[in-house]
Amino acid sequence: MKNPITGLNKIFDNRIRLGVMSVLMVNEEISFNDLKALLEVTDGNLATHLVTLEENGFLKVHKGFIGRKTNTTYAITRQGEKAFSEHISALENMIKGVK
Amino acid sequence: MEENKPTAGSLEELKDIRRIMERSSRFVSLSGLSGVAAGICAMGGAYAANHIFRNYYGEYNSRGFMTGDDFSRLKIKLILLAAGVFVLAFSSAFYLTWRKAQKQGLPVWDPTSRRLAWNMLMPLLAGGAFILGMLRYDSWIFVAPACLVFYGLALVNASKYTLSDIRYLGYCEIILGTVNMLYTGLGLWFWGIGFGLLHIIYGIIMWNKYERGN
Repeated sequence: MKNPITGLNKIFDNRIRLGVMSVLMVNEEISFNDLKALLEVTDGNLATHLVTLEENGFLKVHKGFIGRKTNTTYAITRQGEKAFSEHISALENMIKGVK
Repeated sequence: MEENKPTAGSLEELKDIRRIMERSSRFVSLSGLSGVAAGICAMGGAYAANHIFRNYYGEYNSRGFMTGDDFSRLKIKLILLAAGVFVLAFSSAFYLTWRKAQKQGLPVWDPTSRRLAWNMLMPLLAGGAFILGMLRYDSWIFVAPACLVFYGLALVNASKYTLSDIRYLGYCEIILGTVNMLYTGLGLWFWGIGFGLLHIIYGIIMWNKYERGN
């Protein structure tokens, strides 16, 4: 998954996935609707990317209820935190490397 | 090819990450003008309270005595005034912040503002209960210092959830409230400086820093 040369994680190539991870790094948990509003994306689009992140073990899903409505919240996993930090370091290194 | 991703791209990506982290964890639409508006309301309130006190003591000096009823009436007047000032200050501050959020295209009521409101409310409710408790025993002298100190604590607490500069306003309020305890007779003056003048100064600084250019 990781690019051996730059250390960049391919999963984070996508802006929406990158956005989801950024939000989850600073929020303990966030609901699907709040995430949707923050990133300004459509339901289907966001759902697809969330599945990708979940399948890679980067986030955990919690399905709950508010009254009768479903309320799905997401939180970052250890593994996700590690992968994202490494991705940021790689980005920083690329910038430093050129200077 | 990924390997040849230009550095400009990496920089953009990092900026994006930073922006999203910031926006998802802090309420950034708090307007400086809200501070100015709240400050003006407080100044007006302090002026009106001063007027009420003067009338009361003026009457006392000419009549030579005051009844318990007169004192109750004074208390009710002051409490109504305080409530009016609060409602006016809060609604004008809210309106200006709402307007700024509209301009930024951001929601006013989202997880960040909910968190901000909750964390600000906690010290304020504690302070309110504390002050009502003091009033129950007719202890007036620490009302202004308690207002300032609890409000300052609320701001310091809230600063983690909005533009962090508000922390400095909180520090100033706490210091002012503490000093006020040494000069309890000047409560109204300290109150006017803390809620009026400091708000206005803070509001202008914030407006200058974050809003003027845009």
